[in-house]
Amino acid sequence: MRRTTDNKVTRGKVASAVLLKDVRVELRSRVVTNQVLPFAGLVMVMFAFALDNDDVLQRVAGGLVWLATLFSLFFIVQRSFAIDTQDGALDSLRVAGVDLSAVFFGKAIALAIKLIALDVVLVCGAVLLYRVDLSASGLVLLVTCVLCATVGLAFVGTLYGGLTAGARGRETLLPLLLLPVVAPVLIAATRATEAAFGSGGAQTSEGWAWVGLLAVFAAAFGIGGSLAFGSLIDE
Amino acid sequence: MIARFSDVVVVYDNFPALAGASFEISSGEIVLLQGPNGAGKTTLLRACAGLLPIARGTATVLGCDLGVDRFSVRAKVGLLGHANGLFQDLTVEENISFWSRLIGASDHDVETAMKIMGLSARLCATRVANLSAGQRRRCALATLIVRRAQLWLLDEPHAGLDSQGRDELDKTLRAAREAGATVVFASHETDRAASLATRRLTVVGGVVSES
Repeated sequence: MRRTTDNKVTRGKVASAVLLKDVRVELRSRVVTNQVLPFAGLVMVMFAFALDNDDVLQRVAGGLVWLATLFSLFFIVQRSFAIDTQDGALDSLRVAGVDLSAVFFGKAIALAIKLIALDVVLVCGAVLLYRVDLSASGLVLLVTCVLCATVGLAFVGTLYGGLTAGARGRETLLPLLLLPVVAPVLIAATRATEAAFGSGGAQTSEGWAWVGLLAVFAAAFGIGGSLAFGSLIDE
Repeated sequence: MIARFSDVVVVYDNFPALAGASFEISSGEIVLLQGPNGAGKTTLLRACAGLLPIARGTATVLGCDLGVDRFSVRAKVGLLGHANGLFQDLTVEENISFWSRLIGASDHDVETAMKIMGLSARLCATRVANLSAGQRRRCALATLIVRRAQLWLLDEPHAGLDSQGRDELDKTLRAAREAGATVVFASHETDRAASLATRRLTVVGGVVSES
């Protein structure tokens, strides 16, 4: 079939096609809802069993939420790229000359959606299991923190997921590479969440500086990832 | 002229996988690449797709000089290796529609691709994971049609297919040729492939010769 039209496909259209594909695959396979969510929930419960002290749990609730998020991130990223590498689809995208920075954004947004859904459940779990209090201003801070942190984690996860997608031993390589890079997110998100929860007498206002750091992290990896993703996949 | 290689050398892992390859491919041909394992057939296909740099010589594919820019040609060719490049949890139609959105094709293009590949409505609504190897191969070829690939580069397309699947594949490749595509494929199935091909090239030790 010869090319009869010369439609210009914008980066946004490519990104939205990739986003819809990833979301559709998840809605159909339900790996995140049936496997990752229960895993994250179990991690929260295990922490509660291990610490077994309401005061301690209330103080460290923020950190536990983000540790559970990080552990779950590895599974979600690996799943996200497994659907693309299973039958060589990622290779096909590369070979076809598709704008890979648009693929990066599509996959990152899909990943962020899954992480946000996960964090909503984890935060609710923390409120119920660890009996933390959440004021209205704390809720605003927490929502902003979750948005900035998950977007940052999604950008980093997509970048490193692409990097390790074709590598041998990617299951262990991904956490090894990803953990040191996301350490600033873990620290900043934990501090902001502790401020939102009022853990250890922290004020809500103290959390906004950490949210700013999360936003900078997300922006840096969004820009850097979109520039580097194509070269990483192509090599 | 679809492709013209002149004394092309492609180095892969410090080894000249193509060592002075020269050949031409005209529009509408179905070209069979034959030769032993490790002869350079896959390297030739990947070089045509702009995936490997040209170390020496001149190579032009669909008007793109691969020595100058090997990325522009990628949007014009379709390379299918042993994998099909499909998403297992999506249906046949969703897979083809995904590619149509990526290149801005219309729903009509999707329907045309499914028709050319003989994909029935029932098959189109089936998840790829539930298809036979032959049906998956046809679905993968349909994505090449919807992508408007002018040059199809197929590496062992008959591999893993039963007799019926191979017959269907031959039929669909002939249909694709009638629809305007040029096909270059590597195969060890000499008798079957020879009956499908309009021309044969032999690759031995990275050198291409007319059969």
